[in-house]
Amino acid sequence: MKNHVLRPLLVVLGLVALVLLIRPFYVPKDFGVHERGYMYGWYRQGNIEDWKKVTVKYQGSESCKDCHPDKIETLSQSPHAIIQCENCHGPALEHPSAPEKLPIDRTRGQCLRCHTKLSYPTSARAGLKGIDPGSHNPDTECVSCHNPHKPSLEGLK
Amino acid sequence: MISRRDFIKKATIAAAGVSFSAASIEILTPARVHALKNDKALRWVFLVDTYKCVGCGLCVKACKNENEIPYDANVTRTWVERYVITKDGKLHADSPKGARDGFTDPRIDLGMGRTEDIKTEDIKKAFFVPKLCNQCENPPCVQVCPVGATYQAPDGVVLVDRSWCIGCGYCIMACPYGVRFFHPKHHTAEKCNFCYHRINKDMKPACVQACPFDARKIGNIKDPDDPVAKIITTERVGILKSEYGTKPQVFYIGLDEEVR
Ligand code: HEC
Ligand code: HEC
Ligand code: HEC
Ligand code: HEC
Repeated sequence: MKNHVLRPLLVVLGLVALVLLIRPFYVPKDFGVHERGYMYGWYRQGNIEDWKKVTVKYQGSESCKDCHPDKIETLSQSPHAIIQCENCHGPALEHPSAPEKLPIDRTRGQCLRCHTKLSYPTSARAGLKGIDPGSHNPDTECVSCHNPHKPSLEGLK
Repeated sequence: MISRRDFIKKATIAAAGVSFSAASIEILTPARVHALKNDKALRWVFLVDTYKCVGCGLCVKACKNENEIPYDANVTRTWVERYVITKDGKLHADSPKGARDGFTDPRIDLGMGRTEDIKTEDIKKAFFVPKLCNQCENPPCVQVCPVGATYQAPDGVVLVDRSWCIGCGYCIMACPYGVRFFHPKHHTAEKCNFCYHRINKDMKPACVQACPFDARKIGNIKDPDDPVAKIITTERVGILKSEYGTKPQVFYIGLDEEVR
Protein backbone atom coordinates (compact mmCIF):
# COMPACT_ATOMS: atom_id res chain seq x y z
CA MET A 1 0.00 0.00 0.00
CA LYS A 2 2.53 2.56 1.13
CA ASN A 3 5.38 0.48 -0.16
CA HIS A 4 6.67 3.21 -2.43
CA VAL A 5 7.51 5.25 0.69
CA LEU A 6 8.56 2.52 3.07
CA ARG A 7 10.76 0.52 0.75
CA PRO A 8 13.23 3.29 -0.16
CA LEU A 9 13.18 4.41 3.48
CA LEU A 10 14.14 0.93 4.62
CA VAL A 11 16.90 0.80 2.02
CA VAL A 12 18.29 4.11 3.26
CA LEU A 13 18.06 3.01 6.90
CA GLY A 14 19.79 -0.23 5.97
CA LEU A 15 22.61 1.67 4.25
CA VAL A 16 23.06 3.96 7.26
CA ALA A 17 23.21 0.94 9.56
CA LEU A 18 25.75 -0.74 7.25
CA VAL A 19 28.01 2.33 7.20
CA LEU A 20 27.84 2.58 11.00
CA LEU A 21 28.70 -1.12 11.27
CA ILE A 22 31.68 -0.94 8.94
CA ARG A 23 33.01 2.38 10.27
CA PRO A 24 34.69 1.08 13.46
CA PHE A 25 36.58 -1.53 11.44
CA TYR A 26 37.50 0.74 8.54
CA VAL A 27 38.59 3.91 10.35
CA PRO A 28 41.98 3.47 12.08
CA LYS A 29 42.08 3.82 15.87
CA ASP A 30 44.41 6.83 15.76
CA PHE A 31 42.21 8.77 13.36
CA GLY A 32 40.59 11.70 15.04
CA VAL A 33 40.87 15.29 16.16
CA HIS A 34 44.33 16.22 17.44
CA GLU A 35 46.30 19.28 18.64
CA ARG A 36 44.98 21.92 16.27
CA GLY A 37 41.33 21.02 16.53
CA TYR A 38 38.90 19.89 13.88
CA MET A 39 39.84 22.40 11.19
CA TYR A 40 43.59 21.75 10.99
CA GLY A 41 44.16 18.71 13.21
CA TRP A 42 41.76 16.03 11.98
CA TYR A 43 43.94 13.17 10.79
CA ARG A 44 45.48 9.74 11.27
CA GLN A 45 48.30 10.19 13.77
CA GLY A 46 50.31 7.21 12.49
CA ASN A 47 50.93 9.08 9.26
CA ILE A 48 53.44 11.37 11.00
CA GLU A 49 55.61 8.31 11.72
CA ASP A 50 55.11 7.10 8.14
CA TRP A 51 56.64 10.32 6.84
CA LYS A 52 59.54 10.16 9.27
CA LYS A 53 60.40 6.71 7.90
CA VAL A 54 61.09 7.87 4.32
CA THR A 55 64.66 6.89 3.41
CA VAL A 56 67.32 9.58 3.28
CA LYS A 57 69.12 9.73 -0.07
CA TYR A 58 71.52 12.66 0.15
CA GLN A 59 74.16 11.98 2.79
CA GLY A 60 76.19 15.19 2.57
CA SER A 61 79.84 15.79 1.65
CA GLU A 62 80.93 15.04 5.23
CA SER A 63 80.12 11.38 4.64
CA CYS A 64 82.60 11.05 1.74
CA LYS A 65 85.51 12.16 3.92
CA ASP A 66 86.70 8.72 5.07
CA CYS A 67 86.92 7.10 1.64
CA HIS A 68 87.65 9.96 -0.75
CA PRO A 69 89.86 12.22 1.40
CA ASP A 70 91.89 13.31 -1.63
CA LYS A 71 88.80 14.66 -3.37
CA ILE A 72 87.61 16.46 -0.25
CA GLU A 73 91.06 17.96 0.16
CA THR A 74 91.32 19.16 -3.45
CA LEU A 75 87.81 20.52 -3.55
CA SER A 76 88.10 22.33 -0.23
CA GLN A 77 90.87 24.52 -1.66
CA SER A 78 89.01 25.44 -4.82
CA PRO A 79 86.28 27.96 -5.56
CA HIS A 80 83.98 24.94 -5.95
CA ALA A 81 84.30 24.09 -2.24
CA ILE A 82 80.79 25.41 -1.70
CA ILE A 83 79.30 22.73 -3.98
CA GLN A 84 78.17 19.46 -2.40
CA CYS A 85 79.76 16.34 -3.96
CA GLU A 86 76.31 14.86 -4.48
CA ASN A 87 75.22 17.83 -6.58
CA CYS A 88 77.52 16.49 -9.31
CA HIS A 89 77.54 12.79 -8.44
CA GLY A 90 73.91 12.20 -7.51
CA PRO A 91 72.48 11.03 -4.19
CA ALA A 92 74.84 8.66 -2.34
CA LEU A 93 72.04 6.42 -1.02
CA GLU A 94 73.91 3.41 0.51
CA HIS A 95 77.08 3.94 -1.54
CA PRO A 96 79.50 2.12 -1.65
CA SER A 97 77.36 -0.95 -0.88
CA ALA A 98 74.52 0.14 -3.18
CA PRO A 99 75.30 1.61 -5.60
CA GLU A 100 78.96 0.51 -5.75
CA LYS A 101 79.95 3.53 -7.79
CA LEU A 102 78.30 6.90 -7.99
CA PRO A 103 77.62 8.34 -11.42
CA ILE A 104 79.75 11.15 -12.82
CA ASP A 105 77.87 13.99 -14.47
CA ARG A 106 80.12 15.30 -17.25
CA THR A 107 77.42 17.18 -19.16
CA ARG A 108 77.92 20.81 -20.10
CA GLY A 109 74.50 21.55 -18.63
CA GLN A 110 75.75 20.70 -15.16
CA CYS A 111 78.36 23.47 -15.35
CA LEU A 112 76.17 25.91 -17.25
CA ARG A 113 73.73 26.02 -14.31
CA CYS A 114 76.12 28.49 -12.76
CA HIS A 115 78.39 29.56 -15.60
CA THR A 116 76.04 30.69 -18.38
CA LYS A 117 76.64 34.40 -18.42
CA LEU A 118 73.58 36.24 -17.12
CA SER A 119 74.31 39.90 -16.40
CA TYR A 120 71.56 40.39 -13.89
CA PRO A 121 71.78 43.43 -11.67
CA THR A 122 70.40 42.80 -8.15
CA SER A 123 71.32 39.10 -8.36
CA ALA A 124 74.43 37.24 -7.20
CA ARG A 125 74.42 35.51 -10.58
CA ALA A 126 76.12 38.53 -12.15
CA GLY A 127 79.08 37.96 -9.80
CA LEU A 128 79.83 34.43 -11.07
CA LYS A 129 82.33 33.97 -13.86
CA GLY A 130 80.17 33.49 -16.91
CA ILE A 131 80.70 32.28 -20.45
CA ASP A 132 78.51 32.22 -23.52
CA PRO A 133 77.79 28.51 -24.07
CA GLY A 134 77.26 29.12 -27.77
CA SER A 135 80.78 30.42 -28.36
CA HIS A 136 82.89 28.98 -25.50
CA ASN A 137 84.17 25.74 -27.05
CA PRO A 138 80.76 24.38 -27.98
CA ASP A 139 80.21 20.61 -28.29
CA THR A 140 83.14 19.82 -25.99
CA GLU A 141 82.66 18.68 -22.39
CA CYS A 142 83.77 21.40 -20.01
CA VAL A 143 85.69 18.87 -17.92
CA SER A 144 87.96 17.95 -20.82
CA CYS A 145 89.64 21.33 -20.22
CA HIS A 146 88.60 22.32 -16.70
CA ASN A 147 89.06 20.19 -13.58
CA PRO A 148 85.68 20.19 -11.83
CA HIS A 149 87.30 19.61 -8.43
CA LYS A 150 89.88 22.33 -8.96
CA PRO A 151 88.71 24.69 -11.66
CA SER A 152 91.80 26.84 -11.77
CA LEU A 153 92.39 28.96 -14.85
CA GLU A 154 96.14 28.67 -14.36
CA GLY A 155 97.84 26.76 -17.12
CA LEU A 156 94.98 27.42 -19.52
CA LYS A 157 95.98 29.81 -22.22
CA MET B 1 24.41 29.07 66.58
CA ILE B 2 25.79 30.94 63.63
CA SER B 3 24.08 34.12 62.50
CA ARG B 4 22.82 34.43 58.97
CA ARG B 5 25.17 37.35 58.39
CA ASP B 6 28.19 35.34 59.58
CA PHE B 7 27.19 32.35 57.50
CA ILE B 8 27.02 34.35 54.29
CA LYS B 9 30.36 36.03 55.04
CA LYS B 10 32.22 32.79 55.75
CA ALA B 11 30.57 30.92 52.92
CA THR B 12 31.61 33.62 50.46
CA ILE B 13 35.21 33.56 51.69
CA ALA B 14 35.30 29.76 51.59
CA ALA B 15 33.81 29.67 48.10
CA ALA B 16 36.26 32.29 46.88
CA GLY B 17 39.11 30.39 48.48
CA VAL B 18 38.09 27.05 47.00
CA SER B 19 37.54 28.41 43.53
CA PHE B 20 40.82 30.33 43.63
CA SER B 21 42.91 27.35 44.68
CA ALA B 22 41.08 25.14 42.22
CA ALA B 23 41.91 27.61 39.49
CA SER B 24 45.57 27.76 40.44
CA ILE B 25 45.86 23.98 40.56
CA GLU B 26 44.32 23.82 37.13
CA ILE B 27 46.92 26.22 35.73
CA LEU B 28 49.88 24.70 37.49
CA THR B 29 49.30 21.00 36.80
CA PRO B 30 52.82 19.89 35.85
CA ALA B 31 51.55 17.77 32.99
CA ARG B 32 49.74 20.75 31.54
CA VAL B 33 52.72 23.06 31.95
CA HIS B 34 54.89 20.42 30.29
CA ALA B 35 52.44 20.02 27.44
CA LEU B 36 52.24 23.76 26.91
CA LYS B 37 55.99 24.14 27.06
CA ASN B 38 56.63 21.29 24.64
CA ASP B 39 53.97 22.55 22.34
CA LYS B 40 55.82 25.84 22.19
CA ALA B 41 59.23 24.28 21.66
CA LEU B 42 59.14 23.53 17.93
CA ARG B 43 57.76 25.35 14.90
CA TRP B 44 59.61 24.85 11.64
CA VAL B 45 60.12 27.95 9.50
CA PHE B 46 62.08 28.62 6.32
CA LEU B 47 64.15 31.58 5.18
CA VAL B 48 65.01 32.36 1.55
CA ASP B 49 67.59 35.00 0.64
CA THR B 50 66.81 36.07 -2.92
CA TYR B 51 69.98 38.14 -3.10
CA LYS B 52 72.07 34.99 -2.82
CA CYS B 53 70.16 32.79 -5.26
CA VAL B 54 71.87 32.42 -8.66
CA GLY B 55 69.23 30.16 -10.18
CA CYS B 56 71.40 27.04 -10.49
CA GLY B 57 68.43 24.81 -9.68
CA LEU B 58 70.50 22.32 -7.68
CA CYS B 59 67.84 22.58 -4.96
CA VAL B 60 65.17 21.40 -7.38
CA LYS B 61 67.31 18.52 -8.59
CA ALA B 62 68.06 17.40 -5.03
CA CYS B 63 64.42 17.74 -3.96
CA LYS B 64 63.13 15.61 -6.81
CA ASN B 65 65.66 12.86 -6.11
CA GLU B 66 65.24 12.93 -2.35
CA ASN B 67 61.45 12.88 -2.42
CA GLU B 68 61.01 10.45 -5.32
CA ILE B 69 59.18 12.81 -7.64
CA PRO B 70 59.56 11.31 -11.16
CA TYR B 71 62.47 13.26 -12.58
CA ASP B 72 61.08 13.97 -16.02
CA ALA B 73 57.50 14.71 -14.98
CA ASN B 74 56.84 18.44 -15.07
CA VAL B 75 55.89 18.65 -11.39
CA THR B 76 58.10 19.51 -8.44
CA ARG B 77 57.81 20.28 -4.74
CA THR B 78 60.11 23.27 -4.99
CA TRP B 79 61.01 25.41 -7.96
CA VAL B 80 62.88 28.61 -8.84
CA GLU B 81 61.35 31.53 -10.72
CA ARG B 82 63.25 34.07 -12.77
CA TYR B 83 62.04 37.67 -12.79
CA VAL B 84 63.41 40.10 -15.37
CA ILE B 85 62.04 43.63 -15.25
CA THR B 86 62.95 45.76 -18.24
CA LYS B 87 63.35 49.53 -18.34
CA ASP B 88 59.91 49.94 -19.94
CA GLY B 89 58.47 48.55 -16.68
CA LYS B 90 57.48 45.19 -18.20
CA LEU B 91 57.83 41.97 -16.23
CA HIS B 92 59.22 38.85 -17.87
CA ALA B 93 59.12 35.73 -15.72
CA ASP B 94 59.73 32.05 -16.32
CA SER B 95 60.63 28.79 -14.64
CA PRO B 96 61.43 26.17 -17.30
CA LYS B 97 60.90 22.68 -15.81
CA GLY B 98 60.73 24.40 -12.43
CA ALA B 99 64.43 25.25 -12.99
CA ARG B 100 65.39 21.61 -12.47
CA ASP B 101 68.30 22.22 -14.86
CA GLY B 102 68.86 25.80 -13.75
CA PHE B 103 68.77 28.82 -16.04
CA THR B 104 71.25 28.19 -18.82
CA ASP B 105 69.71 30.52 -21.38
CA PRO B 106 69.44 34.32 -21.24
CA ARG B 107 66.20 34.09 -23.23
CA ILE B 108 62.90 33.95 -21.35
CA ASP B 109 60.99 30.71 -21.81
CA LEU B 110 57.42 31.43 -22.92
CA GLY B 111 56.39 27.78 -23.10
CA MET B 112 55.46 25.73 -26.18
CA GLY B 113 59.01 26.08 -27.42
CA ARG B 114 58.79 29.85 -27.80
CA THR B 115 61.34 32.18 -26.26
CA GLU B 116 61.76 35.90 -25.82
CA ASP B 117 65.03 37.73 -26.32
CA ILE B 118 65.92 40.44 -23.85
CA LYS B 119 68.84 42.78 -24.41
CA THR B 120 71.16 43.08 -21.44
CA GLU B 121 71.11 46.89 -21.63
CA ASP B 122 67.30 46.90 -21.36
CA ILE B 123 67.25 45.11 -18.00
CA LYS B 124 66.35 47.27 -15.01
CA LYS B 125 66.43 44.49 -12.46
CA ALA B 126 66.55 40.71 -12.60
CA PHE B 127 66.68 38.07 -9.90
CA PHE B 128 65.66 34.56 -8.88
CA VAL B 129 63.04 33.53 -6.34
CA PRO B 130 62.90 29.96 -5.00
CA LYS B 131 59.43 28.77 -4.05
CA LEU B 132 58.26 25.95 -1.82
CA CYS B 133 55.37 25.12 0.50
CA ASN B 134 54.79 27.92 3.00
CA GLN B 135 53.57 25.53 5.74
CA CYS B 136 50.97 28.18 6.58
CA GLU B 137 49.79 28.69 10.12
CA ASN B 138 46.24 28.77 8.68
CA PRO B 139 46.52 26.36 5.75
CA PRO B 140 43.52 26.67 3.40
CA CYS B 141 44.46 23.35 1.77
CA VAL B 142 43.80 21.59 5.08
CA GLN B 143 40.49 23.35 5.65
CA VAL B 144 39.04 22.06 2.39
CA CYS B 145 40.11 18.42 2.68
CA PRO B 146 36.87 16.44 2.98
CA VAL B 147 38.44 13.29 4.44
CA GLY B 148 41.13 14.47 6.87
CA ALA B 149 43.96 13.29 4.63
CA THR B 150 45.97 16.50 4.90
CA TYR B 151 46.64 18.14 8.21
CA GLN B 152 49.01 20.27 10.22
CA ALA B 153 51.43 18.32 12.39
CA PRO B 154 52.12 19.69 15.89
CA ASP B 155 55.41 21.21 14.65
CA GLY B 156 53.58 23.24 12.00
CA VAL B 157 54.43 21.19 8.91
CA VAL B 158 51.46 20.37 6.67
CA LEU B 159 51.51 16.70 5.67
CA VAL B 160 49.47 14.54 3.29
CA ASP B 161 48.36 11.04 4.28
CA ARG B 162 48.79 9.14 1.00
CA SER B 163 46.80 6.15 2.22
CA TRP B 164 43.84 8.37 3.12
CA CYS B 165 43.84 10.86 0.20
CA ILE B 166 41.02 10.23 -2.29
CA GLY B 167 42.55 12.46 -4.97
CA CYS B 168 39.66 14.93 -5.18
CA GLY B 169 42.02 17.84 -5.85
CA TYR B 170 40.28 20.39 -3.61
CA CYS B 171 43.54 21.18 -1.80
CA ILE B 172 45.32 21.77 -5.10
CA MET B 173 42.70 24.36 -6.01
CA ALA B 174 42.69 25.91 -2.52
CA CYS B 175 46.42 26.63 -2.24
CA PRO B 176 46.99 30.29 -3.17
CA TYR B 177 50.67 29.53 -3.80
CA GLY B 178 50.18 26.68 -6.24
CA VAL B 179 52.56 24.35 -4.40
CA ARG B 180 50.35 21.26 -4.59
CA PHE B 181 50.07 18.80 -7.45
CA PHE B 182 49.15 15.18 -8.09
CA HIS B 183 51.97 12.70 -7.63
CA PRO B 184 52.31 11.01 -11.03
CA LYS B 185 52.81 7.57 -9.45
CA HIS B 186 50.75 7.61 -6.25
CA HIS B 187 47.92 9.69 -7.74
CA THR B 188 47.48 11.51 -4.44
CA ALA B 189 48.03 15.14 -3.48
CA GLU B 190 51.72 15.93 -3.12
CA LYS B 191 53.60 18.86 -1.62
CA CYS B 192 56.82 19.99 0.02
CA ASN B 193 57.03 18.98 3.69
CA PHE B 194 60.42 20.54 4.50
CA CYS B 195 61.84 16.98 3.99
CA TYR B 196 60.04 15.80 7.11
CA HIS B 197 62.13 12.60 7.26
CA ARG B 198 65.36 14.59 7.27
CA ILE B 199 64.50 17.39 9.69
CA ASN B 200 63.38 14.77 12.20
CA LYS B 201 66.85 13.17 12.01
CA ASP B 202 68.74 16.41 12.65
CA MET B 203 69.51 16.76 8.95
CA LYS B 204 68.74 19.70 6.73
CA PRO B 205 66.15 19.46 3.98
CA ALA B 206 67.69 18.24 0.71
CA CYS B 207 67.30 21.65 -0.96
CA VAL B 208 68.97 23.45 1.94
CA GLN B 209 71.93 21.05 1.91
CA ALA B 210 72.23 21.24 -1.88
CA CYS B 211 72.26 25.04 -2.08
CA PRO B 212 75.90 26.13 -2.56
CA PHE B 213 75.11 29.77 -1.82
CA ASP B 214 73.23 29.54 1.49
CA ALA B 215 70.14 31.04 -0.11
CA ARG B 216 67.90 28.56 1.72
CA LYS B 217 67.76 28.03 5.47
CA ILE B 218 65.52 26.19 7.87
CA GLY B 219 64.98 26.99 11.54
CA ASN B 220 62.78 26.78 14.58
CA ILE B 221 60.97 30.04 15.25
CA LYS B 222 60.23 29.01 18.87
CA ASP B 223 63.90 28.68 19.79
CA PRO B 224 65.21 32.14 20.71
CA ASP B 225 68.81 31.01 20.06
CA ASP B 226 68.11 29.73 16.57
CA PRO B 227 70.06 31.85 14.04
CA VAL B 228 67.25 31.69 11.48
CA ALA B 229 64.64 32.65 14.08
CA LYS B 230 66.85 35.60 15.03
CA ILE B 231 66.96 36.86 11.45
CA ILE B 232 63.21 36.48 10.99
CA THR B 233 62.38 38.22 14.27
CA THR B 234 64.91 41.04 14.09
CA GLU B 235 65.47 41.78 10.41
CA ARG B 236 63.27 42.91 7.54
CA VAL B 237 61.72 39.90 5.89
CA GLY B 238 58.69 39.51 3.64
CA ILE B 239 56.08 36.85 3.04
CA LEU B 240 54.09 35.94 -0.07
CA LYS B 241 50.44 36.95 -0.53
CA SER B 242 49.90 38.21 3.01
CA GLU B 243 46.43 39.44 1.93
CA TYR B 244 45.11 35.87 2.06
CA GLY B 245 45.60 35.66 5.82
CA THR B 246 47.21 32.24 5.58
CA LYS B 247 50.21 33.31 7.71
CA PRO B 248 52.91 31.67 5.56
CA GLN B 249 56.00 30.47 7.42
CA VAL B 250 58.48 30.81 4.57
CA PHE B 251 60.14 34.21 4.88
CA TYR B 252 61.99 36.06 2.14
CA ILE B 253 64.87 38.51 2.19
CA GLY B 254 64.82 40.91 -0.75
CA LEU B 255 61.27 40.28 -1.92
CA ASP B 256 60.16 42.54 -4.78
CA GLU B 257 56.63 43.82 -5.38
CA GLU B 258 56.62 41.98 -8.71
CA VAL B 259 56.97 38.59 -6.99
CA ARG B 260 53.67 36.78 -6.73
C1 HEC C 1 82.86 3.54 2.68
C2 HEC C 1 83.70 4.20 1.70
C3 HEC C 1 83.05 5.17 0.74
C4 HEC C 1 82.29 6.26 1.03
C5 HEC C 1 81.79 6.76 2.38
C6 HEC C 1 82.05 6.92 -0.23
N1 HEC C 1 82.62 6.23 -1.25
FE1 HEC C 1 82.60 6.70 -3.22
N2 HEC C 1 83.50 4.98 -3.68
C7 HEC C 1 83.97 4.05 -2.77
C8 HEC C 1 84.50 2.91 -3.49
C9 HEC C 1 85.12 1.68 -2.84
C10 HEC C 1 84.34 3.19 -4.89
C11 HEC C 1 84.72 2.33 -6.05
C12 HEC C 1 86.09 2.75 -6.47
C13 HEC C 1 86.46 2.21 -7.78
O1 HEC C 1 86.00 1.15 -8.17
O2 HEC C 1 87.24 2.89 -8.44
C14 HEC C 1 83.71 4.50 -4.96
C15 HEC C 1 83.41 5.13 -6.16
C16 HEC C 1 82.93 6.43 -6.24
C17 HEC C 1 82.73 7.16 -7.47
C18 HEC C 1 82.98 6.65 -8.87
C19 HEC C 1 84.44 6.72 -9.21
C20 HEC C 1 84.70 6.22 -10.60
O3 HEC C 1 85.86 6.16 -10.92
O4 HEC C 1 83.76 5.91 -11.33
C21 HEC C 1 82.25 8.38 -7.14
C22 HEC C 1 81.91 9.51 -8.09
C23 HEC C 1 82.16 8.42 -5.71
N3 HEC C 1 82.57 7.22 -5.19
C24 HEC C 1 81.69 9.51 -4.98
C25 HEC C 1 81.43 9.47 -3.63
C26 HEC C 1 80.77 10.53 -2.93
C27 HEC C 1 80.29 11.83 -3.56
C28 HEC C 1 80.66 10.14 -1.64
C29 HEC C 1 80.01 10.91 -0.48
C30 HEC C 1 78.60 11.21 -0.65
C31 HEC C 1 81.25 8.84 -1.51
N4 HEC C 1 81.70 8.46 -2.74
C32 HEC C 1 81.33 8.11 -0.34
C33 HEC C 1 83.93 4.19 -1.41
C34 HEC C 1 83.24 5.14 -0.70
C1 HEC D 1 81.20 20.61 -9.92
C2 HEC D 1 80.85 19.23 -9.92
C3 HEC D 1 81.60 18.26 -9.02
C4 HEC D 1 81.74 18.31 -7.67
C5 HEC D 1 81.24 19.39 -6.72
C6 HEC D 1 82.45 17.12 -7.28
N1 HEC D 1 82.74 16.37 -8.36
FE1 HEC D 1 83.73 14.60 -8.40
N2 HEC D 1 83.75 14.64 -10.41
C7 HEC D 1 83.10 15.56 -11.20
C8 HEC D 1 83.36 15.25 -12.58
C9 HEC D 1 82.82 16.02 -13.78
C10 HEC D 1 84.23 14.13 -12.59
C11 HEC D 1 84.86 13.47 -13.80
C12 HEC D 1 86.19 14.10 -14.00
C13 HEC D 1 86.86 13.69 -15.29
O1 HEC D 1 86.28 12.99 -16.08
O2 HEC D 1 87.98 14.13 -15.46
C14 HEC D 1 84.42 13.75 -11.20
C15 HEC D 1 85.16 12.67 -10.78
C16 HEC D 1 85.14 12.15 -9.48
C17 HEC D 1 85.65 10.86 -9.06
C18 HEC D 1 86.25 9.76 -9.91
C19 HEC D 1 87.27 10.14 -10.88
C20 HEC D 1 88.57 10.55 -10.28
O3 HEC D 1 89.04 11.62 -10.65
O4 HEC D 1 89.13 9.81 -9.49
C21 HEC D 1 85.44 10.77 -7.72
C22 HEC D 1 85.81 9.61 -6.81
C23 HEC D 1 84.82 12.01 -7.30
N3 HEC D 1 84.64 12.81 -8.39
C24 HEC D 1 84.46 12.28 -6.01
C25 HEC D 1 83.99 13.51 -5.58
C26 HEC D 1 83.84 13.87 -4.21
C27 HEC D 1 84.11 12.98 -3.01
C28 HEC D 1 83.38 15.15 -4.20
C29 HEC D 1 83.10 16.04 -2.99
C30 HEC D 1 84.23 16.33 -2.15
C31 HEC D 1 83.23 15.57 -5.57
N4 HEC D 1 83.63 14.56 -6.38
C32 HEC D 1 82.74 16.80 -5.97
C33 HEC D 1 82.31 16.61 -10.77
C34 HEC D 1 82.23 17.04 -9.46
C1 HEC E 1 76.83 25.70 -8.08
C2 HEC E 1 77.40 26.55 -9.05
C3 HEC E 1 78.57 26.03 -9.86
C4 HEC E 1 78.60 24.93 -10.67
C5 HEC E 1 77.49 23.90 -10.91
C6 HEC E 1 79.89 24.93 -11.29
N1 HEC E 1 80.60 26.01 -10.85
FE1 HEC E 1 82.41 26.59 -11.54
N2 HEC E 1 82.44 28.11 -10.19
C7 HEC E 1 81.45 28.39 -9.31
C8 HEC E 1 81.88 29.44 -8.43
C9 HEC E 1 81.06 30.05 -7.30
C10 HEC E 1 83.17 29.78 -8.83
C11 HEC E 1 84.08 30.81 -8.15
C12 HEC E 1 84.57 31.85 -9.07
C13 HEC E 1 83.51 32.73 -9.59
O1 HEC E 1 82.92 32.39 -10.62
O2 HEC E 1 83.29 33.78 -9.01
C14 HEC E 1 83.50 28.94 -9.97
C15 HEC E 1 84.66 29.02 -10.70
C16 HEC E 1 84.90 28.29 -11.84
C17 HEC E 1 86.00 28.51 -12.76
C18 HEC E 1 87.02 29.61 -12.68
C19 HEC E 1 88.07 29.23 -11.66
C20 HEC E 1 89.01 30.38 -11.36
O3 HEC E 1 90.07 30.08 -10.80
O4 HEC E 1 88.69 31.53 -11.64
C21 HEC E 1 85.90 27.57 -13.75
C22 HEC E 1 86.84 27.37 -14.92
C23 HEC E 1 84.77 26.76 -13.43
N3 HEC E 1 84.18 27.22 -12.27
C24 HEC E 1 84.36 25.68 -14.17
C25 HEC E 1 83.29 24.86 -13.86
C26 HEC E 1 83.00 23.61 -14.52
C27 HEC E 1 83.82 23.00 -15.61
C28 HEC E 1 81.86 23.13 -13.95
C29 HEC E 1 81.14 21.83 -14.27
C30 HEC E 1 81.83 20.63 -13.91
C31 HEC E 1 81.44 24.10 -12.95
N4 HEC E 1 82.35 25.13 -12.91
C32 HEC E 1 80.28 23.98 -12.21
C33 HEC E 1 80.22 27.80 -9.24
C34 HEC E 1 79.85 26.68 -9.96
C1 HEC F 1 88.60 23.41 -25.22
C2 HEC F 1 88.80 23.66 -23.82
C3 HEC F 1 87.65 24.31 -23.05
C4 HEC F 1 86.38 23.83 -22.90
C5 HEC F 1 85.76 22.59 -23.55
C6 HEC F 1 85.73 24.72 -22.01
N1 HEC F 1 86.58 25.73 -21.62
FE1 HEC F 1 86.21 27.15 -20.26
N2 HEC F 1 87.98 28.02 -20.60
C7 HEC F 1 88.95 27.48 -21.41
C8 HEC F 1 90.10 28.37 -21.42
C9 HEC F 1 91.39 28.16 -22.20
C10 HEC F 1 89.77 29.45 -20.55
C11 HEC F 1 90.62 30.65 -20.17
C12 HEC F 1 90.70 31.68 -21.26
C13 HEC F 1 89.40 32.30 -21.53
O1 HEC F 1 88.89 33.04 -20.70
O2 HEC F 1 88.83 32.02 -22.60
C14 HEC F 1 88.44 29.19 -20.06
C15 HEC F 1 87.75 30.01 -19.18
C16 HEC F 1 86.58 29.64 -18.54
C17 HEC F 1 85.95 30.38 -17.47
C18 HEC F 1 86.46 31.65 -16.86
C19 HEC F 1 85.95 32.80 -17.63
C20 HEC F 1 86.39 34.11 -17.02
O3 HEC F 1 85.60 35.03 -17.09
O4 HEC F 1 87.49 34.17 -16.48
C21 HEC F 1 84.83 29.71 -17.14
C22 HEC F 1 83.81 30.10 -16.05
C23 HEC F 1 84.75 28.58 -17.99
N3 HEC F 1 85.81 28.56 -18.84
C24 HEC F 1 83.72 27.66 -17.94
C25 HEC F 1 83.56 26.66 -18.89
C26 HEC F 1 82.36 25.86 -18.98
C27 HEC F 1 81.16 25.97 -18.04
C28 HEC F 1 82.54 25.01 -20.00
C29 HEC F 1 81.56 23.98 -20.54
C30 HEC F 1 80.26 24.52 -20.91
C31 HEC F 1 83.86 25.26 -20.55
N4 HEC F 1 84.42 26.30 -19.86
C32 HEC F 1 84.42 24.55 -21.60
C33 HEC F 1 88.88 26.29 -22.12
C34 HEC F 1 87.76 25.50 -22.23
